[in-house]
Amino acid sequence: MQHRLAVDIGGTFTDLVLEAPGRTFSHKLLTTPDAPERAVIEGTRILLRSAGVEGAAIGLVLHGTTLATNALIERKGARTALITTQGFRDSIEIAYEHRFAQYDLTMERPVPLVPRALRYTVPERIAADGGVLLELDEAALREVCAQARADGVTAIAICFLHSFTNDAHERRAAEIVAEMLPEVSLSLSCEVCPEVREYDRASTTIANAYVRPLMDGYLAGIEEGLRGLGLNAPVLMMMSSGGLCTVGAARRFPVRLVESGPAGGAILARHVAAQNALDRVLAFDMGGTTAKLTLIDHGKFHMARSFEVARAYRFVQGSGLPIRIPVIELVEIGAGGGSIARHDSLGRIQIGPDSAGSKPGPACYGLGGTLPTVTDADLLLGRLDPERFAGGTMRLHPAASEQAFAAMGTSAPVGVAEIVDETMASAARVHAVENGEDTAGRTMIAFGGAAPLHAARLAQKLGIAKVLVPRGAGVGSAHGFLQAPIGFEVVRTRYTRLDTLDEAALETMFSEMRAEAEEVVLQAATREGLVETRTAFMRYRGQGHEIAVPLVAGMAATALHDAFVAAYRTIFGRAIPGLQPEVMTWALSLARPVGDPAVLAVPAPSDVPAPLQRRALTDPATGLTQEAALHARDDLAPGALLRGPALIIEDETTTVVPAGWTARINAAEQILLELLP
Amino acid sequence: MSQNDIRLQVMWNRLLSVVEEQAKTLVRTAFSTSAREAGDISAGVFDVEGRMLAQAVTGTPGHINSMARSVKHFLAKIPAAEMKEGDHYVTNDPWLGTGHLYDVVVTSPAFHKGKMVGLFSCTVHVVDIGGIGLSPDGRQIFHEGVRIPIMPLAREGVVDQWLIDLIRANVREPVQVEGDIYALMACNETGERRLSAMLEENGLDDLEVLGEHIIARSREAMLKEIAVLPKGTWKSHMRIDGMEAPIDLHATLTIAEDHIAVDYAGTSPQSGFGINCPLCYTDAYTAFGVRCIVGPEIPNNAGSLDLIRVTAPEGSIVNALFPAAVNARSTMGHMMPDVVFGALDQALPGRVPAEGTSNLWNLKLGAGQGLTGATARPFMATMFHSGGAGARPAQDGLSATPYPSGVKNVPVEVTETVAPLVVWRKDLRDGSGGEGKYRGGDGQIMEVAHRHGEAFGIFATFERVTYPARGRHGGADGAKGVVKLGSGAVLKAKGFQVIPAGDRLVVEMPGGGGMFPKE
Repeated sequence: MQHRLAVDIGGTFTDLVLEAPGRTFSHKLLTTPDAPERAVIEGTRILLRSAGVEGAAIGLVLHGTTLATNALIERKGARTALITTQGFRDSIEIAYEHRFAQYDLTMERPVPLVPRALRYTVPERIAADGGVLLELDEAALREVCAQARADGVTAIAICFLHSFTNDAHERRAAEIVAEMLPEVSLSLSCEVCPEVREYDRASTTIANAYVRPLMDGYLAGIEEGLRGLGLNAPVLMMMSSGGLCTVGAARRFPVRLVESGPAGGAILARHVAAQNALDRVLAFDMGGTTAKLTLIDHGKFHMARSFEVARAYRFVQGSGLPIRIPVIELVEIGAGGGSIARHDSLGRIQIGPDSAGSKPGPACYGLGGTLPTVTDADLLLGRLDPERFAGGTMRLHPAASEQAFAAMGTSAPVGVAEIVDETMASAARVHAVENGEDTAGRTMIAFGGAAPLHAARLAQKLGIAKVLVPRGAGVGSAHGFLQAPIGFEVVRTRYTRLDTLDEAALETMFSEMRAEAEEVVLQAATREGLVETRTAFMRYRGQGHEIAVPLVAGMAATALHDAFVAAYRTIFGRAIPGLQPEVMTWALSLARPVGDPAVLAVPAPSDVPAPLQRRALTDPATGLTQEAALHARDDLAPGALLRGPALIIEDETTTVVPAGWTARINAAEQILLELLP
Repeated sequence: MSQNDIRLQVMWNRLLSVVEEQAKTLVRTAFSTSAREAGDISAGVFDVEGRMLAQAVTGTPGHINSMARSVKHFLAKIPAAEMKEGDHYVTNDPWLGTGHLYDVVVTSPAFHKGKMVGLFSCTVHVVDIGGIGLSPDGRQIFHEGVRIPIMPLAREGVVDQWLIDLIRANVREPVQVEGDIYALMACNETGERRLSAMLEENGLDDLEVLGEHIIARSREAMLKEIAVLPKGTWKSHMRIDGMEAPIDLHATLTIAEDHIAVDYAGTSPQSGFGINCPLCYTDAYTAFGVRCIVGPEIPNNAGSLDLIRVTAPEGSIVNALFPAAVNARSTMGHMMPDVVFGALDQALPGRVPAEGTSNLWNLKLGAGQGLTGATARPFMATMFHSGGAGARPAQDGLSATPYPSGVKNVPVEVTETVAPLVVWRKDLRDGSGGEGKYRGGDGQIMEVAHRHGEAFGIFATFERVTYPARGRHGGADGAKGVVKLGSGAVLKAKGFQVIPAGDRLVVEMPGGGGMFPKE
């Protein structure tokens, strides 16, 4: 087995994991925002030393990053211009013409990444059926190029109406721009996001253009830096979809990387699910400011075709920029350890979405924070040991937490813990119903600093009786990268009615899509063993929202019809008699699947050492306070069995075992929490 | 906060998530563009007495109180004791539902362990309901399509196929309308399943304790909000275009110790055309306007809504009586918050925005035999679009954004895929927002042609063409709207008209009013 290196660059920390035969090494260091490759190179140097190998021993580098996301959130991308169809200059500003916060008269829509002065238009027009209504005015385009030069633009997005149906004008325009402005980075909507709905497509293409120069420079830098360490292995990038792609593809379509961190976490959860032979899983990741929940069924994620980045107005859904790319569907809410608690005008507890972050942090950090947070509540409930937080490197101050909560009343910590768990539970339930699923009866896989504190109670609320806490959850995303399949997805919007389905033309389109996917995937994998998956996004004619229907090659219209009805019935309970389905979008994904890990053996029972101490632990479910045994995770060997109430502490987190639950250490040293019947 | 209070808050949150799930099911399975693209739907849960306990936050303030009242009408006609598991009841009666025939309301009892514990209700604007279509040209309700009295739609899980056949025979898009009716049932069924799971998990037999808690808490919270307001009575007036004559909207707003009352005495009598508004819909938008200023974060339910009391003289255009034509009742309804704000601004200076376009500037276009002549491709399409909103007390108004409605637009590429139309222009209308320290939101300009140069028709229901959105406190008025042909002729702002073959429709949407004089 070769050595592999995984790197996850987050906003605060850069996590690295080196996988050597029979062993893994990990390292965490601060991200270096001005030149992110520096932390990566430095961390790699340290890990190579720890493992005692040369750079040349590394066979593959897997990499994910939030750099693109942060550039979008902090608005630190390139000076970007838009070239669009005449008459549609303001399309990205008008957006959905929507008030996403119905009762809030002060709401503001997201500010477009491209200001009006840099939104250029040219006469041209393609019809919905692909016909040309107005030829591209090349002279006007050349004038636009001159203007862009004068305006000092370094990136350009080209988005013409209906280019997903006929891309001729966008491609011709790209030739002219490339000729006149060879230094400028170009993104075409027919390449980045060839799908219907002009605002979503433009928003995605612009985001791509906006981060492209930055990511291009960074990715070039990292390849060069790693070569400097004698490391010549291919570098593969984690995408939001959970697949991997080459650096070359990432440099063209950096927008596909934006959710790569959470995707890594989800992949870790899938791996743990396979080790434990679990069919129905809810992955639960809770950090300092947000919590993320993902459904995994029979080893598969639910996939979405879009999400929102950079929610600017109070984190409200709808206040961000829509990005249409394949993404692992997850629900992200502004609830984390640092989330601030308060009473609203009804005397109800509200939590977040604002977070005390790492500066000043929760009140108990003693770094100047005075507002009560979820972590303060956890401390006052006895879930955290003030002397052993972060491996004892950071002392917590319960008195500061008490003071912060003074205004909210003595029972507020219980209330805060309950409400934050209920908030996450309702988000999970809505997420489940949107996918036609339920949370009850699943196994939860919990990782991230705050998740093991809240997992058992959240599980109860969701009808879940089993929770797994994997080892090394603190660098979960980087661990996840190592388990990711190499794959790429190609999407085409082509409206098709089943009664006029041209099966031959469909096959031709799929072969083209296959060729496009191969171009990427074959750079990192051989042809054999590649698995192709085809999906149609279908609805009844007249509906506006599609459902994903799995296809097999050469499916006739009748089979397609039946597959749709079956999928529809699964999600919504009943099919509608006599209606015709239609297809809006087709997708083909090509991947080299990763073999599932072996299912873990059940370890022989092992002894549990005496607890380090006993602490008073309050259970928000009952409001009762009981003595709980405190154990160090490292002291518990596979086969150990504990009864709640108990606490299992490690450097990065604490696992709460409430009364009525047991904790068992499995063969992979994961903690399995089980609710007693 | 006691352990019991925490438990009740948790269950309240859960009930809100139950209705959000209910609403999402409706959006995902609905057929009409108003529901699926624009989010113009509503969904809620009620106790066995028909008091609303929770309502999904959707794009449709117009259904806030109208749907809440509707469930009581259902119970009055079909007593709870006669309702069985698997039953669904339906109506689209404007005075018993949500104000016009296009809105179909389905109400369904929810059972848990064999006992009826509440009701779910939801509303969707269907693609077509027969009659003269999307036009305000009707003179009586009978012109406007098929009217379904409150009646069973399904009994113990079995759909009444005779009723479905009757509806299908009366509408232009029978398949899609049937599809929407199925979506309504699926929506309530989702709610019932989730409610039952919630009761099971919490060891409850019914919603009684939780319901009382929600209503009492919300009522208390609203009372607290009202208590700090200045007490008194204030009047406002706004003149709008109307159809055959201008309309005067008069409001008298009273802030009392324990409620807020809005009365529309003095308002113009009902019209001879379909721009009349039943009281339920007037009530809904009035309550919404008040709630945007007073206790906006308090959820909608019987407790919070009970303290806002809306009255209007019978036979006035905001309390239109059967058999008035009411198809375009939102023409009035959408104006209610502006009238309310006119009075509230005197009571609470510095809290309310200037007047806005307020009415949606939806382009309702179509072609077909008898309307525009023979065509190979008859169509009906509604494009949801908006002018500018009014300037806020300390912010510019939002451009091309609806208020009070909260719907989304229909993307141009979607419109052009479903109908033979080409949108040649959709840009902000520069300078249309009223000047001021804070500017009114700009409207937008749209130019639309037929894909193949044929004639097509517009069912116009536009306001703010004669009387603009007024600025507040010295801010300038917004620009008036303009509806015309590309060749220059001005079109009427209301009623069906034909855009001749080869010509274009040009719509310049109004701007919102400004706030304070320009500095």
